[in-house]
Amino acid sequence: MKSTHEMLESPEFKTLVRRKWIVSVLLTICLFVTYYGFILLIAVDKAFLARRIGEHTTLGIPIGVGVIVVSWVLTAVYVLWANSSHDSIVAKLKGQVK
Amino acid sequence: MPAQTTLGSPTVSAIAFFLVIVALTLAITYWAAKRTRSTKEFYAAGRSVSAFQNGLALAGDYMSAASFLGIAGLVALSGYDGMIYATGWLVGWPALMFLIAEPLRNLGKYTFADVVAFRLKQTPVRISSAIGGILTVLLYTIAQMVGAGNLIKLMFGIPYEAAVMIVGAVMLAYVLFGGMIATTWVQIVKAVLLLVGVTILTLMVLSQFGWNPGNLYSAVATELGQEALEPGGLVSNPLDAISLGLALMFGLLGLPHILMRFYTVPDARAARKSVLYATGFIGYFYIIIPIVGFGAAVLVGREVITGIDKGGNMAAPLLAEWLGGTFFLGFIAAVAFATILAVVAGLTLAGASALSHDIYVSVVKRGHATEREQVRVARAATVVFGILAVLLGVLFKGQNVAFMVGLAFAVACSANFPALLLSIVWRRFTTAGAVASILTGAFLSVLLIILSPTVWVDVLGNETAPFPLKNPAIVSMTASFLVAFVVSLLSAEPAAAAKFEDEKLRTYLGIGAE
Repeated sequence: MKSTHEMLESPEFKTLVRRKWIVSVLLTICLFVTYYGFILLIAVDKAFLARRIGEHTTLGIPIGVGVIVVSWVLTAVYVLWANSSHDSIVAKLKGQVK
Repeated sequence: MPAQTTLGSPTVSAIAFFLVIVALTLAITYWAAKRTRSTKEFYAAGRSVSAFQNGLALAGDYMSAASFLGIAGLVALSGYDGMIYATGWLVGWPALMFLIAEPLRNLGKYTFADVVAFRLKQTPVRISSAIGGILTVLLYTIAQMVGAGNLIKLMFGIPYEAAVMIVGAVMLAYVLFGGMIATTWVQIVKAVLLLVGVTILTLMVLSQFGWNPGNLYSAVATELGQEALEPGGLVSNPLDAISLGLALMFGLLGLPHILMRFYTVPDARAARKSVLYATGFIGYFYIIIPIVGFGAAVLVGREVITGIDKGGNMAAPLLAEWLGGTFFLGFIAAVAFATILAVVAGLTLAGASALSHDIYVSVVKRGHATEREQVRVARAATVVFGILAVLLGVLFKGQNVAFMVGLAFAVACSANFPALLLSIVWRRFTTAGAVASILTGAFLSVLLIILSPTVWVDVLGNETAPFPLKNPAIVSMTASFLVAFVVSLLSAEPAAAAKFEDEKLRTYLGIGAE
């Protein structure tokens, strides 16, 4: 059993915290790229999104839907990671603290 | 194409649905009231809400009548630009998950101010957080109440003031007697009704076009021109678009009534899952709403839509009438009404909790108040806030308040979000830094919006605006972070820095979480 201080200093705890933020920041960057990339694409190259992919349907429509879907997928990725590896380490460490 | 519509006069089906929904939600409130005795129940539903239920409640709180009717209308009138706008409304939720959800749940008790004030001096931080929180809630509430009054007048023909008072009275009943348990379940019921209603609308539209969206888009292009399917003037200025995007994305992380919901679930893991569910529901909603908008543009026609309401807010109800007659219109109208009620109830609870939990209990009573006292004060604050909501709704009658939701998000991302994030991740964050950042963010965002084209030109009628951007987020949020850094570095607070390390066990392992 570890004391509060020992847990805070332990390499496993520090790794846990660091890993959580690496995952969070990486996924946030992916989110940024997806959404602000979409916005910048509209600002810079409207013609690309106006390109037709059907009789009248434009490329912009599936891309717009895609941004929403990708955003949700990113949250699912986070939950999958957190529910498996992150939570099991949290449970283990919690059990070690006095 | 029939230009008559029963919109604007109370129809039997509309009134019937409306009464059923009110009766159902009041029954929920009665059931909830019997269970609401302690502060934990009044503010946090006893922490008994499951992840799935909270996901629905969060989605319900977020999918307001404005987003349902407003975005459907925007797509109907402006085509693809409406879709671009809709996308922005979803992207805050992943950010909420990655940056805030779990630490928020672990560190706080009932409100986000709990987290900001966790290791800092209670009084100044509680007061500033309450200012930022209440300002956000008030702006959001005014927009909802004015929208509610207009909507009910348009749909049911009831006079504006009476509409506002009815909304105020009914939602006050939910919150006063049923607290968070009632508001959560009202949100869940409303979210289900809204998702089902919009799904039915979407399916009915698609059935008119052979179940092929491509045919719908072809009809749009033929009737309204190919431009309706292409990006138009919405994203003309990239800086403006990015600023709006920032406000939408990070403003969500500073909306008190949304953040409050994280305390209704048992733990951080449930908090995390509820965001996943909420994101799914909301994402689905924003994917299908454009189909409703395009369907309305083709089947009902833009002239009819703008004839009833210039802003296009009646696109979805008119489409419901076109597809399913007065009966379906009644259902959609009642769902829109339920949506308004539920969101305003949530906002009132958030405002009341800032007054009672943050100001009265933590500042005035320095944390020493009995449970009974706390619940009593919470109820009193609810009444105060409810009356305020009605008064403001009547006061702002006829005003163009569309900018207020944008302003609420701008205040939320400039005043509330930076302090919240920094208190979780930065050891050197100090009381002075928190107070300075919240007040700077709040003041600057309000000032810049007043000076922006949305208010200076559109509302006040001047020629050109001193501040060029429609949404100040990119300036006010950045300024708020800068102020937080500079002031914190200039004001050392060793006690707070020391507590940061200890706080970590609670933040990341949930030890000691309430």
